[in-house]
Amino acid sequence: MTINETQDEIIEEFELFDDWADKYEYIIDLGKKLKGLPEEQKTEENIIKGCQSRVWLNAHQEGEKLFFEADSEAIIVKGLVNMLIRVLSGHTPKDISEADLYFIDKIGMSSHLAQTRSNGLASMVKQMKNYAIAYTP
Amino acid sequence: MTATEILDIQAIRADFPILNQEINGRKLVYFDNAATTQKPTSVIDTITHYYNFDNANIHRGIHTLAERATRDFEASREAIRDFLGASSIEEIIFTSGTTQGINLVASTFGRKFIKEGDEIIISGMEHHSNIVPWQMLCEERGIKLKVIPVTDLGELDMEAYVNMLSEKVKLISVNHVSNSLGTINPVKKIIELAHAVGAKVLIDGAQATSHLNIDVQALDADFYTFSAHKLYGPTGIGVLYGKKEILNAMPPYMGGGEMIKEVTFEKTTYNELPYKFEAGTPNIADVVALKTALEYIALHGKENIAAHEDMLLQYATEQLSEIEGLRIIGQAKEKVSVVSFVMDGIHHQDIGVLLDNQGVAVRTGHHCTQPLMQRFNILGTTRASFAVYNTTEEIDKLVAGLHKVKKMLS
Ligand SMILES: Cc1ncc(COP(=O)(O)O)c(C=O)c1O
Repeated sequence: MTINETQDEIIEEFELFDDWADKYEYIIDLGKKLKGLPEEQKTEENIIKGCQSRVWLNAHQEGEKLFFEADSEAIIVKGLVNMLIRVLSGHTPKDISEADLYFIDKIGMSSHLAQTRSNGLASMVKQMKNYAIAYTP
Repeated sequence: MTATEILDIQAIRADFPILNQEINGRKLVYFDNAATTQKPTSVIDTITHYYNFDNANIHRGIHTLAERATRDFEASREAIRDFLGASSIEEIIFTSGTTQGINLVASTFGRKFIKEGDEIIISGMEHHSNIVPWQMLCEERGIKLKVIPVTDLGELDMEAYVNMLSEKVKLISVNHVSNSLGTINPVKKIIELAHAVGAKVLIDGAQATSHLNIDVQALDADFYTFSAHKLYGPTGIGVLYGKKEILNAMPPYMGGGEMIKEVTFEKTTYNELPYKFEAGTPNIADVVALKTALEYIALHGKENIAAHEDMLLQYATEQLSEIEGLRIIGQAKEKVSVVSFVMDGIHHQDIGVLLDNQGVAVRTGHHCTQPLMQRFNILGTTRASFAVYNTTEEIDKLVAGLHKVKKMLS
C-alpha cells in the first residue's frame, strides 16, 4: 500500500465516528496497541522533547525501506504516533521525505500538530522526515 | 449572606464577554486563571478608549493629548501605590511583568551589591522566572545559590530557612503564593528573619495580588513585583515596587530616553525615581487599563472575592478528593484557589486534551516549576485555578469531565 492509500484508509475509518469521545477512544486504543520501545531504547538520543510529554523515536533500515518504532508517555500522543508509523513506516526514504501528511487534518487532529500543544508530535513528524533524508542514498 | 450571594456571580460573569462562548460544543469552563485571568469589559473599553481618544507619547509633550495620556498614566501609578500600600509613587516602577521585575533587581541590585562568596536564597517552589535570573547572576559573579526545601504538604521548611541565614546572605527571593501548589508562604516572617541578618527580600507576587490584600509597608518588603494580566488586567505590563532608598542606590537597568536628565557625549545624568528605571516609551494603554482592573477588584471588594474563591477551593478540594486514584499535590494549610493534582496511571497531557474536548480549560505540565515537580517525583500535574467568575457548577463539570477521562482511559 502506498503512503496515500494508507492515509485514505485512515480517513475512511474516522468517517465512522460522529462523536468526539468515540474518536478519542479509538485513538486511545491505538495508543494502547502501539508496541512502544524497550526501556533501553528510550534514550536521550532518541527523545523528541515536547513541553508536555516525551516522545521517543527510533529508525532502522531493511533493504531499501525505512522502519520506525516509537513511544510516548501520553496515550493520545501514542495513538497518533501509531497512525504516523502505520502511514510512513516501511517505505523508501524518498517517499517518506516527500510525503504530504494530509490525513491528520482530515481526521480533525491537526490541533495536535500545532506548536501550542507542545507535545512533540510536530517535532516527531519532522524527525521522521529527517531520518528519511539522512537515509536517502 | 455569603460572599457568593453578595457578589452576584452571574452579573460578574456578564462583565467577562469571553466566558460566553462554546468550546467543542460545550459552554466554556475557564480554570486556567493562574496562567492569566480573563478581562472585564471595563478593562477592554479603557484600552479602546485610550487609542480612540487619548493616544500620545507621555511626559515630554505639551499638547492636550500628551497631557491627557500623561495624566492617566501617572494616575495609574498612584492607584498602584495605593493598591500595594507603598508610601510614594517614586517606589512604583512599570515593567513588562513579573519576569522583568525580577530581572531588573538581579541586574542592578544584584550586580552592585552582591559579590563573590555572598549567598542568595530562593525556594524549591519558585517559578523559573525566579530561578534563572539568579542562576545567571550567581554564575557570572561566583555567588552561591541556596534553596529552601519544600515539605510533603507543599510548604516551605522554615526551620531549614532559618539555618541557611547568615551574614553572607545578601538577598532572599521567594514567591508570596506558589503558582503550582497555591501555597501562601509566610513572607512577613521570611522578611523579618532576613532583615535580622541584614539581607534584602524580593517577593514575587505574581500569584498573590489577585487573591490577597497586599501591604508592602506592613510586610516590610524591600521589593515586590507582579504582573497585571493575572489580576484581570492586560498582558505586557507589570510593576516592581522597591523601597526608595534602595532604588536610589541602584544603578539604572536599561539606558535610553525617559530615564535621563541630561545627555552629553561626555556624561549622562540619570532621571529621578521612578523614571530612572523606565527607559523608552512605556506600554501606556495597558498601564492606564491596569488602573481600571484595580477599580474592578475594588468595586467588588477583595475580601468578597477571596471569600468566594475560598469557597470554590474548599468545594473543589472536597469533590476532587472523592475521585479514586486522584491525589492533590500541595496541601498547605494556607492556600489560594489553586488545585493541582495527579491521577494514577494517567498522563496529565491526556487529561488536558480530554477535558478540553469537554469545554474545560485547565493547565497541565510542570507550570514552569520543574524543580518542584522533581521534588514531588512527578512529571507534571493538572492544575485548576479559580477566579471571581467561577462557580461550583463549573467545578461539577470538571469532576464529571474527570470521571469521563477515567472511563475513557481505563
Ligand atoms: C509565581 C510566578 N512568578 C512569575 C511568573 C511570571 O510572570 P510573567 O510571565 O507575567 O512575567 C508567574 C507566571 O506564571 C508566576 O506564576
